[in-house]
Amino acid sequence: MASLRDIKGRIDSTKKTKQITKAMEMVSAAKLNRAEENAKAFVPYSEKIQEVVASIATGGGDADHPMLKSRDVKRTGYLVITSDRGLAGAYNSSVLRAVYQTIQKRHVSADEYTLITIGKMGRDFFRKRNMPIDKEIVAIADQPDFADIKDIASETVQLFTDEVIDELYLYYNHYVSAITQEVTEKKLLPLTDLSEGVKATTSSYEYEPNQEEILEVLLPQYAESLIYGALLDGKASEHAARMTAMKSATDNADDLIGDLSLKYNRARQAAITQEITEIVGGAAALE
Amino acid sequence: MKTLTVSVVTPDGPVLEDAFEMVSCKAESGELGVLPGHIPMVAPLTISAVRLKKEGSSERIAVNGGFLEVRPDKVTILAQSAEMPSEIDVERARKAKERAERRLQTKQEDVDFKRAEMALKRAINRLDVYQNN
Repeated sequence: MASLRDIKGRIDSTKKTKQITKAMEMVSAAKLNRAEENAKAFVPYSEKIQEVVASIATGGGDADHPMLKSRDVKRTGYLVITSDRGLAGAYNSSVLRAVYQTIQKRHVSADEYTLITIGKMGRDFFRKRNMPIDKEIVAIADQPDFADIKDIASETVQLFTDEVIDELYLYYNHYVSAITQEVTEKKLLPLTDLSEGVKATTSSYEYEPNQEEILEVLLPQYAESLIYGALLDGKASEHAARMTAMKSATDNADDLIGDLSLKYNRARQAAITQEITEIVGGAAALE
Repeated sequence: MKTLTVSVVTPDGPVLEDAFEMVSCKAESGELGVLPGHIPMVAPLTISAVRLKKEGSSERIAVNGGFLEVRPDKVTILAQSAEMPSEIDVERARKAKERAERRLQTKQEDVDFKRAEMALKRAINRLDVYQNN
């Protein structure tokens, strides 16, 4: 049986760990709130841009742009959104597993795909497995601005325009609620499902100067906005996942402290009982 | 006087939403003025100031590209960033301007001229909107 001092030491260290996990839980809760607000602020922009893109792409008839057309797939791009730090439960591992399995299933050689990673966990994971990473970005702020992501988003879209990749998939954790996050795969490019979810009453526009030139500006911006939207979604999931993970760590620490305290008290009582027995035994021997 | 609702939205959230009498801006194809009752239209914008007029006074917003969507009673400006004069970080814009100018001057191979040029335009636009407010 462990000595009283050992148990006391373990109780103290567990209490300290609990303080830390508790603090992290509260920090994540606050960050989650802000992330939700950011995601909400982004909604009007994304809805509007989607509406305009859809009405041009579907209404015009002769709208034609490389980003709208499927072509033979020689190389596939995967954009993976992960976090920079761990301690977020299954947040990173579930996305990475999904991507890894998909790649194993779809491709036979490393020439057929390339990866674009956002976040350190994803980069390290693929680098360790010697998978080709085309672009990477780490240390994204907890509340990212569009400017933080703009470069990598436009470079990624550029890869498609330059025909380095022929399709692009997004992988991220979709935020369902504070306790549920879903790994989501989204086909970003080519933009083939534009007309989905758009009201039938889209007005027809006059284009200044013409449709092609507007699509030229609009489509990359649209694709970039989708990437940013996914990032905001992923960030909200990250904070939620970390909050949940830290909450269960705190709960576990509570359980552990309870168990250890019980053990400690038992050991203390046993020691006292033993001492009394010894004294009584000693006194009896004297008589 | 008739008005139209103008809303400026960016990925970081709405910047402004209010009623104005006239919107004038610089599109890729030239200056453009929009009054209430305009036919639906879409036009890409340059990096420039958008002027919004209301009851004799006018407001200016620094818009970095993006485009303009016009409906008879509503104008929406979708840009990757847009700032009211009060929100402009002058110090940052000034620094960005110097940096971009330096880049453009160093005629080196590895400098991305197009990007430096865009950065310079954005910085000049911000400073311009701030100063002429």
